[in-house]
Amino acid sequence: MQKVYNQIIQIAGDVITVEAEGVGYRELAEVRSKQGLSLAQVIRLDGKKVYLQVLTGSRGISTDDRVRFLNHPMLVPFTENLLGRIFTGSGEPRDRGTSLTENLIPIGGPSVNPSERIVPKNMIRTGIPMIDVFNSLVVSQKLPIFSIAGEPYNELLARIALQAEVDLIILGGMGLKYDDYLFFRDTLEKQGALSHSILFIHTASDPTVECLLVPDLSLAVAEQFALQGKKVLVLLTDMTNFSDALKEIAITMEQIPSNRGYPGDLYSQLAARYEKAVDFKGAGSVTILAVTTMPGDDVTHPVPDNTGYITEGQFYLRGGRIEPFGSLSRLKQQVNDKTRSDHRAMMDRMIQLFADYRETLEKRSMGFQMSSWDMKLLKYGERFEKELMDLSVNIPLEQALDRCWKILADIFDPAETGIKEALVREYWPVARTEK
Amino acid sequence: METTRAGKVTGVNGNMVAVEFTDKVMQNEVAFVVVGEERLKSEVIRIKGSRADLQVFEDTANIRIGDKVEFTGELLSVELGPGLLGRVFDGLQNPLPELAQAYGFFLKRGAYLKPLDENRLWNFSPAVKVGDHLRSGAKLGSVAEKIFDHWIMVPFQHCGDLEVIEIASSGDYRIGQTIATLKDPQGKEHTVTMKTTWPVKIPIKAYHQKLKPADPLITKIRLIDTLVPVAIGGTFCTPGPFGAGKTVLQHLLSRHAEVDIVVVAACGERAGEVVEILQEFPHLVDPRTNRALIERTVIICNTSSMPVAARESSVYTAVTIAEYYRQMGLHVLLLADSTSRWAQAMREMSGRLEEIPGEEAFPAYLETRIASFYERAGVVQLRNGQTGSVTIGGAVSPAGGNFEEPVTQATLKVVGAFHGLSRGRADARRYPAIDPLESWSKYQSFIEPAKVHKGRAILKKSNSVHQMMKVVGEEGTSLTEFIDYLKGEFFDAVYLQQNAFDKVDESTTADRQKYVVDLIIQIIEQEFQFESKEAARRFFLELRQKFLNWNAARFLSEEFKNVEQEIRERLTQAAATVS
Repeated sequence: MQKVYNQIIQIAGDVITVEAEGVGYRELAEVRSKQGLSLAQVIRLDGKKVYLQVLTGSRGISTDDRVRFLNHPMLVPFTENLLGRIFTGSGEPRDRGTSLTENLIPIGGPSVNPSERIVPKNMIRTGIPMIDVFNSLVVSQKLPIFSIAGEPYNELLARIALQAEVDLIILGGMGLKYDDYLFFRDTLEKQGALSHSILFIHTASDPTVECLLVPDLSLAVAEQFALQGKKVLVLLTDMTNFSDALKEIAITMEQIPSNRGYPGDLYSQLAARYEKAVDFKGAGSVTILAVTTMPGDDVTHPVPDNTGYITEGQFYLRGGRIEPFGSLSRLKQQVNDKTRSDHRAMMDRMIQLFADYRETLEKRSMGFQMSSWDMKLLKYGERFEKELMDLSVNIPLEQALDRCWKILADIFDPAETGIKEALVREYWPVARTEK
Repeated sequence: METTRAGKVTGVNGNMVAVEFTDKVMQNEVAFVVVGEERLKSEVIRIKGSRADLQVFEDTANIRIGDKVEFTGELLSVELGPGLLGRVFDGLQNPLPELAQAYGFFLKRGAYLKPLDENRLWNFSPAVKVGDHLRSGAKLGSVAEKIFDHWIMVPFQHCGDLEVIEIASSGDYRIGQTIATLKDPQGKEHTVTMKTTWPVKIPIKAYHQKLKPADPLITKIRLIDTLVPVAIGGTFCTPGPFGAGKTVLQHLLSRHAEVDIVVVAACGERAGEVVEILQEFPHLVDPRTNRALIERTVIICNTSSMPVAARESSVYTAVTIAEYYRQMGLHVLLLADSTSRWAQAMREMSGRLEEIPGEEAFPAYLETRIASFYERAGVVQLRNGQTGSVTIGGAVSPAGGNFEEPVTQATLKVVGAFHGLSRGRADARRYPAIDPLESWSKYQSFIEPAKVHKGRAILKKSNSVHQMMKVVGEEGTSLTEFIDYLKGEFFDAVYLQQNAFDKVDESTTADRQKYVVDLIIQIIEQEFQFESKEAARRFFLELRQKFLNWNAARFLSEEFKNVEQEIRERLTQAAATVS
């Protein structure tokens, strides 16, 4: 049964209100206006009043436009034909391909039973030492890149996507600049990865509401492929735009804001998306890499702050490099004991020394005398930055670890490194010990 | 009949549903919203005229105006009885593994299962005889649950003396079978089974009196036990920014703390963290009992993507189960991670109810709710003279890592120990990242106060020298001050920091702590005279190295003794070069 109504009693922001009966919460409707046909989603029921957010925005909608309820929630097609295709935030083709209508599945489905998850144990190698050595990426991890406008976060995202060994890449773009969208499309195409990629793109000039649907569309499709045994990598950029879209709708709905205008359920909203990252027992997996830009480089801003509590770590991208401080992969302990026996000790000690180096830098900038220990730290820090932190470094983990030993051996005595003797005996570069 | 009371949906806003009712409605009673085949559990949270507002414990998609709502007349309750240990429940006490068996990978909306196995037979042995007079909470008999003697008790809601009219003889029974009949002072008879239900938001108080927490709870985490101890029956909170190691710390506590039972409430946090417990605990052996750790653990898990309203109830479900085992004279540790998510759940509901917001949009009743939750901890003397306890440790996730926010502040007012995690320590990989100078505890450590005082003093001194050096540089400090700085750093590195991923170092027994502290105090007090700061630095680096090897050696093992010997020799040597 499909009902049609043609009396819109309120239009505020992108939310319209009609009086209707028998409508289900979160049901979808079609609004036919001079601007064409648009989908709308029920976001509140109050007596006879039905509040709908219009996907393409409310501009040009008139009070006598026709609203037809479709009796089903938002759906997305799930088929092999999705591969290599590009869609908008409402699931319409953005490339010149045909619209897909087969095997429709609902988006934003229920959460996975925690007891059906498995402890992730497979590392995703990226060839970037700052990730592989210090903060290993793990299958089924959800990890954001915290950055500020102007940093090459999309480049980093694309590079990890292309170097990671996965079956399928799904890109969810939210509020992307058109150039960035083209950058992703062209990079994937050039590297021959487009054929196993699906893109859901909302650009900065598209209607806000479509932005809200991008993560749900991407993750619903990812989840289905994972259930079929595929290893899926989902890239979401930029989640701050998604949060801002949430804020916009919440304010329109006159919700009481909690912090800097964001709705009180921001945490739950973000968590509902990020928690779709999963390793299914006996099937595939979903790994999520996202970008969260920090307005004003402020990590205590509600979006990065809430994200940090949800995700399994974060990478800070600053000055074109992944910062060793603050960057963290919470799942690294699951995998870095199975790589090489020196991995963990090396990871800890290198970072501690680098922290000391930063302190020495501070001392130096204040004009203090440098002790011989300080001089060693300075030398160490420079090499660390050049040989490991630089994003152009592209070497496998084992080589990166060897490089760490080399740097240590060139500068310090074994005792100064504070690494357990057994490891020193095994890995300390030979030329030095024979001295 | 109570169950026939019904109403109709008149509004849906997120997880809040407005209902029009005709008969009567009770505040906080459980109701079901009927959507087609599905029945969605919900709770009445506000009544206004003939309209009731319900928080729904499930996704509200597809609820329609006019859908039927059934009221049950029951408050939100948990089922208590043998068979809770080693289990994993959601915030409403649905067993998650069993749900998975029935419905697969995903949590199906409106699917509820019985928390306790109704068919399992338990071997009951009675402890009372006909004619005995008992009060609520008294032991009627017991069954063996894992390694514990699980008491079957006089239901907690009864007042006054009850007379035993009938009591089952030893033998196998199901939890639903009657094992006793009691007569209350009014002459009314009550049948008792091995299971009972209790409303989660009301504390169980069937004991003689509440005592002051006095004995230290041994957590085997050196920094906590020595500097900021926790008492059995006490409360503590662990606020910290993300990435500071709250969850790792809670996992360590759940593994090593010397208590009988651990209840873990994973409230609004990552699912992955619960999975770690689920997969590890069956294989980890509790050194005190030599049984798998999971056998002393109950997990209540309502992770961040599960419905928000059930997140609010999950901490209550957890504390009620903890109180139940306390009634058996057991010592229970409840770890709630994270209470901020619980507070946020309250905030979401409060927003939907359009209540006037308090600070950061949290409801005005935030403080009282937090206080009454922590007040459910405590050591109690049971009516038979035995004691039991519930210790509560709550993780707090302050927005922006700023402890000035409402949840942290409200929590600090009511807890006995504050373990503040610092971003700085975490960044420098100094774990556990509890800030030893900022944190405090009102409880007594098992290390003598004089020694604790010395340790704290050197940390303060070291820190102030460090701060000074930032201004005047290393050359601006005297050698003595510099040595104090090194001593403090040494104390931090070899004692306060603990490697959670080293099999030996991850937990340190009370005996070992006492033993090691003595040597450390000796070093802190020893006067060293080095030629230069460089020589001093070298010496302490070397000493640290030896100590780290010592930390990795089993207590009193051959290796332990050898390393200790080396350390002591090095110290005498250092003293000799002085004279």
